[in-house]
Formats: sequence, C-alpha cells, structure tokens
Amino acid sequence: MGVEGIGARVVRKEDKRFITGKGRYVDDIKLVGMTHAHFVRSPHAHAKVKGIDSSAALKMPGVIAVLTGQQIVDDKVGNLICGWAITSKDGSPMKMGAWPAMAPETVRFVGQAVAVVIAESKNLARDAAEAVVVNYEELPAVADVQAAIKSGAPQLHPEAPGNQVYDWVIGDEGATDAAFAKAANVVKLDVTNNRLAPNAMEPRAAIADYDAAEEHFTLYTTSQNPHVARLVLSAFYNIAPEHKLRVIAPDVGGGFGSKIFIYPEEMVALWASKKVGRPVKWTGDRTEAFLTDAHGRDHVTHAEMAFDASNKIIGLKVKTYANFGAYMSLFSSSVPTYLYATLLSGQYNIPAIHAEVVGVYTNTTPVDAYRGAGRPEASYLIERLMETAARQLKVDPAQLRRTNFITQFPHQTPVIMAYDTGDFNASLDAAMKAIDYTGFAGRKAKAKADGKLRGIGVSCYIEACGIAPSKAVGSLGAGVGLWESAEVRVNPVGTIEILTGSHSHGQGHETTFCQLVAERLGVPISQVSIVHGDTDKVQFGMGTYGSRSAAVGLTAILKAMEKMESKAKKIAAHALEASEADIVIENGEFKVTGTDKAIALPMVALAAYTAHNLPDGMEPGLKESAFYDPTNFTFPAGTYICELEVDPGTGKTSFVNFVAADDFGRLINPMIVEGQVHGGLVQGIGQALLEHAIYDANGQPVTASFMDYAMPRADDVPSFNLSHTTTLCPGNPLGIKGCGEAGAIGASAAVINAITDAIGKNNLEMPATPDRVWRTIHAA
Amino acid sequence: MSTVKLTVNGKAVAVEVEDRTLLVQLLREHLNLTGTHVGCDTSQCGACVVHMDGRAVKSCTMLAGQADGASITTIEGIAKGDELHPMQAAFRDNHGLQCGYCTPGMIMSAIDIVHRHGGQLDEATVRAELEGNICRCTGYHNIVKAVLDAAGRMKVSQAAE
Repeated sequence: MGVEGIGARVVRKEDKRFITGKGRYVDDIKLVGMTHAHFVRSPHAHAKVKGIDSSAALKMPGVIAVLTGQQIVDDKVGNLICGWAITSKDGSPMKMGAWPAMAPETVRFVGQAVAVVIAESKNLARDAAEAVVVNYEELPAVADVQAAIKSGAPQLHPEAPGNQVYDWVIGDEGATDAAFAKAANVVKLDVTNNRLAPNAMEPRAAIADYDAAEEHFTLYTTSQNPHVARLVLSAFYNIAPEHKLRVIAPDVGGGFGSKIFIYPEEMVALWASKKVGRPVKWTGDRTEAFLTDAHGRDHVTHAEMAFDASNKIIGLKVKTYANFGAYMSLFSSSVPTYLYATLLSGQYNIPAIHAEVVGVYTNTTPVDAYRGAGRPEASYLIERLMETAARQLKVDPAQLRRTNFITQFPHQTPVIMAYDTGDFNASLDAAMKAIDYTGFAGRKAKAKADGKLRGIGVSCYIEACGIAPSKAVGSLGAGVGLWESAEVRVNPVGTIEILTGSHSHGQGHETTFCQLVAERLGVPISQVSIVHGDTDKVQFGMGTYGSRSAAVGLTAILKAMEKMESKAKKIAAHALEASEADIVIENGEFKVTGTDKAIALPMVALAAYTAHNLPDGMEPGLKESAFYDPTNFTFPAGTYICELEVDPGTGKTSFVNFVAADDFGRLINPMIVEGQVHGGLVQGIGQALLEHAIYDANGQPVTASFMDYAMPRADDVPSFNLSHTTTLCPGNPLGIKGCGEAGAIGASAAVINAITDAIGKNNLEMPATPDRVWRTIHAA
Repeated sequence: MSTVKLTVNGKAVAVEVEDRTLLVQLLREHLNLTGTHVGCDTSQCGACVVHMDGRAVKSCTMLAGQADGASITTIEGIAKGDELHPMQAAFRDNHGLQCGYCTPGMIMSAIDIVHRHGGQLDEATVRAELEGNICRCTGYHNIVKAVLDAAGRMKVSQAAE
C-alpha cells in the first residue's frame, strides 16, 4: 500500500489550516460593500400574515431595505420544491404544499421568515428587524403527527386534505398476511423515533454577490452539494441561468444532511443582492438553526413480526406515520420511503414484508435527511423488534439474530434492495468476542451486588449507501441522477490536481482522495491537490451525503485516473521506444517491465504539454475526466454491542463498554474511517439518551438552543472499541462500501436494548433520560 | 463608541467599537482573526474560546470593553512560527478534528485544562473538563486522546525549557 497509499493511516493534509485558525468558512469572508441580512420570523406556529409595517425600521440608522414575502412572490422567485416524486397507494401523486421563500400570506411554523432587513451591519439589521411590525391573525396549530391526522385537526395546506402528504406502500400484503396466518409466534412493538436537530457546529450562512454588468451572481454558501444548489436555484427558483450563477461552498463546518438542501435564506440573499445592488451576507445563529435547519427522524410506528416454530422470521408488517413538518423539504419524501422501508429486512432473511408509510404535515420545522436518513429509523425498529422477540421467545438475542441471518449472497429482499455481499456472522462474532459476551452474566451478577442494574444490548445494522444508481433512483421518482464526476489534471511539471464533485465538510477528502493517486502512481500526496466546492472550477457533481464520496466519488476519480494513465503510458512507451503493454507505473516512474529503462512522471507530463514528440495523432495535454454511475447501492453492515449500568436510584445510565464491528469493504484511511464511526456512534447515542427536538401542543418549539436541547458532550459518552471485518463490495472496483452513517444508524438500538435489558422492562422510548428510565423502573 | 486597548497575540492594538461589541466580534470583524468561531450564542459550545491573561474564556459572552487592558491569545497566536503548539500537533496526529469548526475553541480550552491540572490528567478528568466545548463530528474519542497526548508533550516541552 505504500506509506501514503490505500490503507495507510495518513494524517490529514487539511488539518494544518484548521488547527491554526486559517480555515475559511462562509462567515469568515468579507466582500467590499457587503451588507447584512436579518430575517423577521414568525413567532406563531400557524397564522395569517395580515400586514407588515416596515416604516419604523426603514427610518433606523444603516437600514438599506426591508423586503417582504409578497415582493419575492411578485418577482417570480420560485417556490421551494421537493425533488423526489412519491406516489400514494391509490395512484395519486404526493401533495406538495406551496412554500414561498418568505411567507406572503400564511406562516406554518415558528421561525418561518416573512421579511428580511438589509442593513450596513449585522447588529443594525437585527435592531431594525425588531422594529418591523407584523400583524398576524393566529390560527389553530398542530405539532403531533397523530393529532394532525385526526379529523377536525387544523389543516395546513389546501393542496393536502387531512394533512396527508402521501399514503405509500411497499411489499406484498397478501403474502405477508398469509405468513402471519400460519405464524407460531407474533411479536408486536410500538416505537417512536424521536425528532432530532442536526446541529452542525457551523451555523448555515450565505453571501450573495450580484454583478449587474455581467448579470452574474456569486453565492458563497454552507452546502454539501454546491452544484445541486446551483441546479435547483437555476432550474426551479428562477434566480439565474446556471452559467450566470457561481456557487462556492468553501470550508463547511459539518453537515450531517442539513446542508444538502437549498433553503429560503440563500434564495433571499441572492434576490436581495440584486435588489439592493450590493453583496448581502446572512449568518444564522444557533436558534435560527434550531428553527429552520431541516430536522431529522420523527416517526411513530407500529410493527409486527411473525415467527415460525423454529424462531425463523416469516413475515413483517410495519405502519409508520412520518412527520414532515410544515413543508416538503428538498429530499424529504424519499427519506421515510425508499431510504427507510427498503431497509426493513435488516440483516435477516424475511420472506414477506409489507410496509405502509403515511406522510403528515404538522406546524413544525420541515423534516428531511439527517445522518442515516431513514436507515436509522429502519435499523432501530428491526433491532428493537429482534430484542423484543428474543425476550418474548426466551432465546438469546444474539442467537435469534444468527438463526435469521442472510448468509447467501446476492440476496434479494422483498423490499427492492438486492444485498450484494456481507458476512453478518463475522461481525457479530467479532463484536461478541470484543465485549466478552459470554462473561456478561458474571459481570451482571457482580454489578447487582453493588446495587447497579447492568445490561447488554446488541444491534446488527445494515444500510444502503453509495447513493445511488441513477437509473434505479430515477425509476423510484428521484428528480436527479446520483452519479459523480471527476477530473484529473496532470500539470506540465508533474504535479496533480484532482477535481471532484464530492464535497468535504469534515470527511477528509483532501487526504483520502490523494491516497488513491499515491497508490496508483507512487507519488507523494504532497504533489496532489484536491479541488472541490466551486461550480466554476469543477464541471459538475452531486455532492456528499449518503456515504457516497468514497464509493461513488472516489470511483469517478479512479476512472479518470485510468484514462490519464492510459494516455501517459502511450507517451512513455513512445519516449522509451517500448510497447505500451510493457509499461508499468512505480514510484512516480513509467518503467519498461523487466528492464531498467524508465521515465519519470514529470517528464511524461512535460512531453504531453510541449507536444514536441508525441505519438502520431495524439492530442497534447494530460487531463482526463470521468462520470461514474454506480451499478447498485452498497451495503455496509456490522454489529454494535453496548454494555452499561443503570443506577436504579437515579435512572442514570453509565457506559461500561461499547464495541463496534463494521464491514465497510476496503478502507482507504482507517484513521479517518474510525473517526467517522466515533462521530456517528455519538449521534446515535445522543438520540438514544439525550436529544429530542420538542414542540408543545401549539407548535411552539421548546428546545431551540443548546441550553434546552441536550447535545452529547464529552462526559456523556464513552471511548469506543472498534474493529473491522471485511467483505469487499463487488459493485465498485475499489471494493468500498462507505462508512459515514453507520454509527448513527446502529448505535441507538444497542443502547436502548441494553437499558431495557438492565431494567427488565421492554418498553422505553428515546431519549432514555434518567427521569424517563427512573419512571420506567418504578412504574407499576 | 469606545476605544478598547488590548494586546492580541502579543501585539498592542486599539480598536474603536460600539459599546455592545462582543470580544468575539472585535476579534473576527475588526481584527480579521476569524479562527475564533461562534457556534451557539449561549456560552454552551465553546467554539469561541480564547485565552485572556492566560485563562480560557468564552469570547462570545463578554464585551470587548471587558477585555480592555487584557492580553488575549487566539488560535492564531499559539504556534511559534512554523512550529505548532503541542496541542495543535496532538489534535492533528490523533485525528482530533473533522470539520474543524469547534477545533480552535477545543484547542484553546484543552491548553487551559492541561495548565490547570499541571499535566496530571486522565480520561475522566479530560471528559469532565471538556463539558463546555461541543463537537458534533468526532464523538470526542480522538479529542480526548489528543488532549492526553498533548499533556505528555507539554510536560516534556516545559521540562526542556
């Protein structure tokens, strides 16, 4: 692999700027003549906007403009869209309520913008925003998903009777009913998957700069996918045609899904920049993040699992109500459908599955993809069901899983996905060994003697990543293809630039992508640069989410590398008077195999650009590009086991050990992979123990700051014991499955299974706060 | 408006600011020291931590005027030229950062933690002491490793001085 090649634990190239304070995030950028935006946001969950009086604000110092929702509608800026079409079981299309960037008539969640103040400084804009008087007529509101579907509930959108987005089904209902009819045992479970706020540490921000002479916009924005932002802003929001809009996503301080979407604030900043003729900057504060960043999860589910007499699963029925919030965010419709129900087979051979998902509008912040996106909800449901079944059937939970593991690949599940490879027993074995599963009974007894309740919880997750084959997602309703593009530029002196449509906002692409180049060419990674995050530099790209950057983005780079190498070999063979087939690349040189004849990469590159002596008919230059469209999803899988203690006097949970055995296929940089797992695990543990975005019955958010929403902190979580088992992904040439979301997908079930094991009661909702655990222990 | 005189990263500066200006605004907006970040506005996340007269403070929670006469050190001021501070090096070597947004505050807090404990640190102490710094990327595992590693390096470098 070489010291910097594939598999090496290379420290990150990008770190130097971050540890020295030289990172360049959107809010760090200042443009000449820049103005500042502050939004006037609704304090009501549901209200009519009867009038907006800006006169006092406009008289305040430094105020340049106050712009309203009616003006943005009048200027024909498009409504926000959801880009994945889902069809209900009755054949009708999903019901998309109109979502203008600022509300001209009706607000439907607390925090929805109705106007924006543009001023000379951030403070002045904020002061003036408080002087904008909005006359609201309050309407009844509904925040709870089950309350919203009741007859007589307040109605959000005229387009969506009964607040229903869709009623979607998957699987074979008849076959599933038949399986249940012959079941020896049926296990039933009601599960709530708590709503989360993504909370990337960098709040969203945007700077829009309109050049009137060129009729050209530049947008600096906190995006995971700047090209997708440009596409949507151009094609649907009428901001500017693509060649007149440059989108730059510089250093981005975490995303976790929340920065995939194009939000009203970017649209308004662009529009306002043209209106006021100066650059406009908006930087959200943390409360705005809680109010307006798309939330995650928020499912209410009833599920039943049918077993035969030998404890084999024969059927699964699921009904889920998914809270969409007040509007359909960009990819929201796909999350509780194709990213959720298609993973309901878990790691198990389940011959018949039927799932129904009802999407529901409520007067809350819109919900969309958050790390894992649908797959954590599926994995949590299945792994809670398996644990519940083991308790009900009185069998060891690890053994029940083993009895039902899929062991033959490829495996076609009844819910679309075709798992390509895996070894679920191997990861279960590794995790059980790491935690000394067989010694647990002794440890539990010892803890009991000390007055503590000790529990162990298993979670065997699977996810579909490497998102995604364009044709497949197109057939399921996606409005975009999900390939990736790359370009390899070898400069005349032999240094290399890799342009990629993937976007790094913490994932370390500037290091791992260079490692592929080092692996193939034998050059040091210091000679390679990664260029990303700018639509003027990179031709196109679909961005980073769904654990796709290595499996899809890096494979695109590989394809471009192969083309470049092929041409370089021809040049080398010509220079060395050898056959192209005899040229091998080693240590930065092109060698004639079996001889000492060689030419260094810089000489090949120089030859390509001087073009004095190239093979007949060859174009000068050494630059190649590729688009790579995956052939299947990838299927990372693994087992997490958590051992913990509960103090019965306080309900407080303390971790004893947390082990993770993951199969991600080939690892490019194990250090970075481990970091991804650590972070994901803590987001999963956060969901299980701490985090909950809460609304009161009137739609008022109760948790809109870090004072109220419990983020995991260092002393809430343990260190982790990680290991890997490996089956290479057959779907891409590097054998990569992806690692970005696994921790968040698998961890929460392990924690809740462990706590419920410890306290001897099966029903416990997340987050399992000490208060909730204590009440559960002491409930009659 | 008031003039605030202070020393920032060893350089004396005098800045005319609105009285309500926060220390973090002075650093970021007036001195262009954008390594210090704002992550929450409620003193919870610690992305804004700098040193005032050698002690870690949250620069989003104090007025610039309160720093009048003080010596401030930011993330930009802890390396000696090209030589990284041992805490910076430990964060890099232990992969103690991902997106980098919380990192400056983490590093500034961590240096203060090591100083206050005289390098006598264990995992539980580091975790408890990092209570005022939130990271969403790393799960803290490698941050804790980095701080413990740096505590050792800082002891060695102090001994050498």
